[in-house]
Amino acid sequence: MPDLLKILSDIVGSEFVSDAPEEKYIYAMDPGTMPPCEPDIVVMPGSTDEVQKIVHAANTHRVPLVPLGAGLVLSGLSRALKGGIILDMKRMNRILEVNEISRYALVEAGASQGMLQAYLRKHFPHLKHSVPDAPPAATVAGNVSIHGSGHMSHAGGFHSDMLNGLEVVLPTGEVARIGSCATSPYWFARAPLPDLSGLFLGWAGTTGVITRLAIKLYPNYPLNDVGVFVCEDAAIMPDVLYQITGTQLAEDVTAWMTPKPDWAAGFLHCNVNYAAKTKQELIWKRNLIRSAVEKYINAKTGGFLPLPGMMKQRFLEVPARQLSLFADVRKGGGFEYVGAIMPVQLFPEAYDLGLDIAGRLGVSYSMGCRIIGVNHSMMFFYAYAFNRADADDIARAQSALEETNKHVVAMGGIPWKAEAPAQKEIIRRMDPNMFDMMRRVRSVLDPNGIMNPGNWEED
Amino acid sequence: MYALNFDPDVCESCETCDCLMKCQYLAFDLEAAKIEKARINRGEDSRVLTDCATCYACEEYCPNGNHPFYLIVERQEEKGILPAPGPITRQQVLMMKPRGTITPMKVKAPVIDMCYFPTLVGSIRAPLYENPSIIVGSDVFCNIMWLHFARNSVIRDQLPKIIDNIWHFYLKDSGVDELVCFHDECYATFTHLAPAFNIPVPFKAIHVFEYISGRLEVLKDSIKPINARVAYQRPCSNRLIPETQHWVDDIFEKIGAERVERAYDRENALCCGQVLRAHQREEMADDVQTRNLKDMRATGATYCVFNCPACMATLAEAAAEMGMFPIHLSDLCQHVLVGNASKG
Amino acid sequence: MEYAEILHRCFRCGYCKLPGNYIDFNCPAYAAFRFETYSPGGRMWLLRAWQEKKLEPSRRFQEILFACTACGNCVEQCALPKIKDQLLAAFTAGKAALVDEGRVPPPVRDSLTHLQKYGNPYGLARKKRTDWAEDAGVETFSGHEFLFFPGDVGAYDSRGQEIARSVARLLKRLGVSFGILGNSEVSDGNEALAMGENELFRLLAEENIAQFKTLNVKKIIALSPHGFHALKNEYPGLGGAYQVFHYTQILADHAGGLSFRTPPTKMTVTYHDPCYLGRHNREYGSARKMLAGLPGVKLREMDRTMKNALCCGGGGGNLFTDILGNGPESPARIRAAEALDTGAAFLVVSCPACAVMLGDAVKSANLDKRIQVKEISEIITECIV
Repeated sequence: MPDLLKILSDIVGSEFVSDAPEEKYIYAMDPGTMPPCEPDIVVMPGSTDEVQKIVHAANTHRVPLVPLGAGLVLSGLSRALKGGIILDMKRMNRILEVNEISRYALVEAGASQGMLQAYLRKHFPHLKHSVPDAPPAATVAGNVSIHGSGHMSHAGGFHSDMLNGLEVVLPTGEVARIGSCATSPYWFARAPLPDLSGLFLGWAGTTGVITRLAIKLYPNYPLNDVGVFVCEDAAIMPDVLYQITGTQLAEDVTAWMTPKPDWAAGFLHCNVNYAAKTKQELIWKRNLIRSAVEKYINAKTGGFLPLPGMMKQRFLEVPARQLSLFADVRKGGGFEYVGAIMPVQLFPEAYDLGLDIAGRLGVSYSMGCRIIGVNHSMMFFYAYAFNRADADDIARAQSALEETNKHVVAMGGIPWKAEAPAQKEIIRRMDPNMFDMMRRVRSVLDPNGIMNPGNWEED
Repeated sequence: MYALNFDPDVCESCETCDCLMKCQYLAFDLEAAKIEKARINRGEDSRVLTDCATCYACEEYCPNGNHPFYLIVERQEEKGILPAPGPITRQQVLMMKPRGTITPMKVKAPVIDMCYFPTLVGSIRAPLYENPSIIVGSDVFCNIMWLHFARNSVIRDQLPKIIDNIWHFYLKDSGVDELVCFHDECYATFTHLAPAFNIPVPFKAIHVFEYISGRLEVLKDSIKPINARVAYQRPCSNRLIPETQHWVDDIFEKIGAERVERAYDRENALCCGQVLRAHQREEMADDVQTRNLKDMRATGATYCVFNCPACMATLAEAAAEMGMFPIHLSDLCQHVLVGNASKG
Repeated sequence: MEYAEILHRCFRCGYCKLPGNYIDFNCPAYAAFRFETYSPGGRMWLLRAWQEKKLEPSRRFQEILFACTACGNCVEQCALPKIKDQLLAAFTAGKAALVDEGRVPPPVRDSLTHLQKYGNPYGLARKKRTDWAEDAGVETFSGHEFLFFPGDVGAYDSRGQEIARSVARLLKRLGVSFGILGNSEVSDGNEALAMGENELFRLLAEENIAQFKTLNVKKIIALSPHGFHALKNEYPGLGGAYQVFHYTQILADHAGGLSFRTPPTKMTVTYHDPCYLGRHNREYGSARKMLAGLPGVKLREMDRTMKNALCCGGGGGNLFTDILGNGPESPARIRAAEALDTGAAFLVVSCPACAVMLGDAVKSANLDKRIQVKEISEIITECIV
């Protein structure tokens, strides 16, 4: 092994490199159930230039390189499966540009969701980005690169759909601009050029290092409201979601089904978040959304919860801070989830699967789904809490996750940000030519196989 | 068990049918009203059962005390008519069910019953409340709200246990037989609803406004009058206990508040609208709330004073937007007492 | 180790790194070093690893722990209500466990040794404790209404001494009856406690309490929020219960006694909330009330104020141990830049430790021509006749 400490210190300065046991310990894990994989060293670049030099060094010495945002992916995608260098991108967290008329923001890859949100609130209060429900320390780039979703996903699709362009450092060290920014000073779209951004989305960091990205922004209307539709029959949910999304009036449609508190067990809730410029418009939207599910209201099989203003706050909070509370359900600071990207018609089957697995394996669970686009798909999540001080509890959660992944894939869904074992499950089902294309792409982009090895590999 | 005290013969001889004729939400001529009332009494279908806003007002309007509203709720449940969607009804019942965590506690008068409003316990403090004992929690929840959900069965099932909890866990062994009800609904439950259903109540309920009026008399030298016009939101539960209305006037007089005359107060009070939203009648709720708040604003009132925490949760924000200071009557009285007023 | 039972409950979600408005990193240690190990979540997991014997408390481990300035942002922001209030206590317990094993970084060892030997962390002679009061017209406490407690920084640091004199003069001007303990005063002990030296804190506190008792002290005005915090919250547990005020509270109560210059002195200021006055003790109003009452003075708030304030980096003993350093990523430098962004000409503080940290930061960032750090009594003095 080369003297990585010296090589990397010469690039970024000694204060931003560490091979100390403390850093190796912490950076070996994320808060999910995946076992630790210790890196050899951690480095924090401050510029694209420094990233480029680090990539060159990794290539020269054939050392694995693992890009890391906030480390909140929970499925362990930023662990150093084969050792090597963890590239902590969070020093590169500047917000570079906001183009108001074209509604996009250009940020460095380490910029956090929270800081972008705060920046827009302060400087461009009439604009917002689609915020995922991850904690605000999560990075914009990390979430986009794993096809994340958030509070504007009903309106705008996956967060990867909201991408306008990338600056990447390729595994061989070149810096490439992708999207309109490749030919124009503006980062306004990926069209009409051949779209190479797909080479970096969903690849778990195996094709290069994103250093900058531009994402779409949306109008931030001053008045916000939420309707929480409740029913007891999962079989009607595809139609409920179809009808509500058919109005195209909401910004976010997210269902949640949880056994705790006790009064929530057995009920399916659907948060419909919408916004408007005036009170009149807000009421008009509310009425239209409501009328979309009128048949259920009239049949008394479903309806919107009567929530006075202050009780709505928890459903209007962006991101939803209360979701982190699930980590303490087992008094153990842990949860992990399978986020299954699926067609909405699979909702009842997906729901029954979660109940079955949780019941059989005795795990603390929470389920829900976020609608992507106009009912084009859903991110159906199965979250299992665990006590990280209890090995049996962790094992139980891991079993639940594995089983969920298997059944999701069998059902026709695809686990989002799949951890290495789930990736293999997906590969087993994948069109062999698609997987062959993936291998070929990687062999061209990363001939030395340095980028986050151990991911998207067959057994 | 716990049969409703209803006598159909009383309705037979009633000439005014005020219960339906005075209804603020359904329109009748006298003949149609009598026909619908007879249908309800006989257990037949009636549009009243599906369209009732559950505002409780007909209990007040009936000159004969023949419980027209309680009967509507009986019939709704018998016929499986749900004012609110089934899932919401069932979830609410689960949410409010007693947790069984009550433990014996010695109390002394005044015992203030906070029902299931633990977040309001901070309002019960000196100088307005003198050395109070406070009881609160799901195990003392009065359960009257099921009148809005066609669930007299839940009331029959839970209320006797709640009364028993209050008596045996708190009052009896402490030698206290009076309970000051902070929530209008609790007072109505123990003094009006329970007798109507022949559910015995071994203690005496005191309305918090009676208590407050008494305290203001004792503390009269400490009162710094607010000298303001106030709009009062009379809640639905007060329809069951109209005899308590004068306490509100007494209190306002003592604190220097002028209860403005307006269209939607006293016998013409409007529901706060939250229950209408539970019933999925959003546009009706919008209308009721808009009329009520505009009526308040037109008087130039500077305070919007609430009796019921649920009304306040529903209307406070809108009242504030209209330039009125939303406040519970108990907190307003705390505010005018010197020593509190200076803390601002 | 105390609080060991909560260490595994940290989810490392990172809410603790940020303020409530997410605008920038708000954990001083994380902001300075940027490794995940230096974040509150990192510290929780490292402490657990040590307890489970997966890690040895190396020099780096010790520095990571002692880089915590005890600012309380993590307590304020943690998303888990059942552990948040114990976070800082857990970090302090971790430090205490290191102290018990004698495994502390040398600067920590030295400042604790000075405290033990000299009653102050500077290692300066006890008899110099009241040098600041010469020519300030300050009396020795004898039946006065208040005891004025300057604390270590006010007594020994040159900038702190300026502030102690300015505050004392203003209190006198306002007719407040106060006296000082004199050279027998020792450190309030807050930093010892924050560094996990519980026994040393107890000894220092008991020494002060014995004197307070002899002199029948009932009310104390603390110059430093650190002292304010210890005297108000920790001393009662050792038998020393007094009415404790921070000087800004006394100034605010007596503000009616001021006469202002005409025309008024015009200045634009921004105010930095000290952690031990603000986040720890929820006192945000007195200084603001004072500033609002100064004609000609315009207050512009920073993005991070009150419970969201960024710590200057001086707490947890760091004013003396300098583990955070004063590089461009140090919290003091970040805070100075944030103050400059408001357009204010003065960054107003109400803590001598903040004055030292932020004053040094302004100088080392070459911002001193554009913004000056002033303590609030100095601002008030410029506005009055």
